[in-house]
Amino acid sequence: MDQDIVGARQQGRALAVKLEFSPGESTLIATAISELARNIVSYARRGEIRIRPAQNGERPGIVIVAWDDGPGIQDIRQAMRDGFSTSGSLGLGLPGVRRLMDDFEIVSEQGKGTTVTVKKWKL
Amino acid sequence: MEVPILKQGSFLIATVQAALSDADLLQFRSALIQYVVRSRSQGVILDVTDLDVMDSFASRTIREIAQMIRLRGAETVIVGIQPEVAFAMVQLGLTMEGVATALDLDEGLEYLNQKGKSATSRESREPGRG
Amino acid sequence: MAWKNDGGSEATSQNPVAEPIQRSEPTSLLLRELVGHLRQHRTQLREDWVSRISEAQLLTAMTKEEIFAEATSVYDSYVEVLQTGTFEALQTYARNLSERIIPRGVETHEVVGIVLLLRDVLARSLFAKYQADFEKLNRILDAYEPAANRIANTVAVGFVQERERVIRQQQEAIRELSTPVLQVRERLLILPIIGVIDPQRARQLTEQLLRGIRTNRAKVVVIDITGVAAMDATVANHLVQTVEASRLLGASSIVTGLSPEIAQTLVNIGVDLGKMNTVGDLQGGIEQAERLLGYKVVQLAEPS
Repeated sequence: MDQDIVGARQQGRALAVKLEFSPGESTLIATAISELARNIVSYARRGEIRIRPAQNGERPGIVIVAWDDGPGIQDIRQAMRDGFSTSGSLGLGLPGVRRLMDDFEIVSEQGKGTTVTVKKWKL
Repeated sequence: MEVPILKQGSFLIATVQAALSDADLLQFRSALIQYVVRSRSQGVILDVTDLDVMDSFASRTIREIAQMIRLRGAETVIVGIQPEVAFAMVQLGLTMEGVATALDLDEGLEYLNQKGKSATSRESREPGRG
Repeated sequence: MAWKNDGGSEATSQNPVAEPIQRSEPTSLLLRELVGHLRQHRTQLREDWVSRISEAQLLTAMTKEEIFAEATSVYDSYVEVLQTGTFEALQTYARNLSERIIPRGVETHEVVGIVLLLRDVLARSLFAKYQADFEKLNRILDAYEPAANRIANTVAVGFVQERERVIRQQQEAIRELSTPVLQVRERLLILPIIGVIDPQRARQLTEQLLRGIRTNRAKVVVIDITGVAAMDATVANHLVQTVEASRLLGASSIVTGLSPEIAQTLVNIGVDLGKMNTVGDLQGGIEQAERLLGYKVVQLAEPS
């Protein structure tokens, strides 16, 4: 299943490049996808990552929706706490993912899974 | 698995390829450590130039590689982190603290040489020893 | 429980302007008749339109020949939309047209103006043709007007989007120019930061610095923030990230010109200033950088 992580981020990068994001932005997007995919693989049995283009008014962008049927997050605010020296290797890395992308939205309920939606817009 | 490793004097240069799955990376780690032990190398340059994404797993695994190599008495230096990858890494909070880094192979070799020199100059304090 | 951090409002992923027109059977027939009429009288109507354009003193930045050429393309695209009911071709054309005419200094009101004039010219010709049959005229207009309005909308929106894209690109270029990374010695870069930094500029600074480190193979970077009055937590974080990212490329950083206020901000966000290499002023920072790089400063003996 960890093969999927590589596949997901490669697809993400491919779409980002196709949408004419810069190499730097494409890397940020691919890294965010990698982390989101990693969470799914680590904490859930089933999950899905959807990557698609989007429009914000006149600005094109990319939307990534990461869904899983895992245990859900008990305390989202705790999970999103953005301390300065986040180790990144512990926990879900969600504050980091938020920093990588422009828009971030999370819906999670204990026992019902988690859906994270992130977006990045072209400059 | 095939691990691209070159010998350069008493150092090793190991190249991490792009698009490695988690399992591949762990295999890479074992293979590399075995190589270090067999060759009794004094230092390892880990070249990550090909990595287009460094996520939390890759970062943690590379740190573990450096720690394991240190346990075998050798130094590790990571080279070739791309600017965009470095930027993404720090956004995620992956600072690779405790692991030496250098720009490229040349810089990495220089680092290992320096480290080696200061190590030997500490050892040979007695007059008459060369 | 949900948690949201939304930087912008999101439209649906489908651009509403791009969806094809739904049409009923009789509408299709009417539109076909309309398209036939517009094709038949193409030369005349186009000429009427072009003379209206110069009467209204629009597109003054373009020559007569250019106006004629563009008018032909717009006219044909217009008719094609009426015929096919799809807007992709028109959108593409509108973008191309905008790319061409924006550098010529054509403005939004001109583009909107000429499309509306064409709508009027065509409407007038419909009045003329169907004046005997008021009922039919009404039906034709019922079919024509929604399409004509969407066409005007598509072209105008396309133009405005292109303009905004150009402006953003220019802003980006200006920001690039105004954030220099200086190489003053071998392997030593200086990044002077001046004025107010917003998160976007901070990000750009970091990217430029990292590229500079790689290009110049810098081993030491002096980041001078003497010229920065105040820094909020977000930008302070960026500074720290810049230092960390530079290290990943093998360069160590010296931060100079740290004011007490900014030092406090850094402490507040959890930075261990003991771990950050800071020096009072830029000169001191450069000297320390030189020492780190192994430069020896030789004092020449005073002549006796």
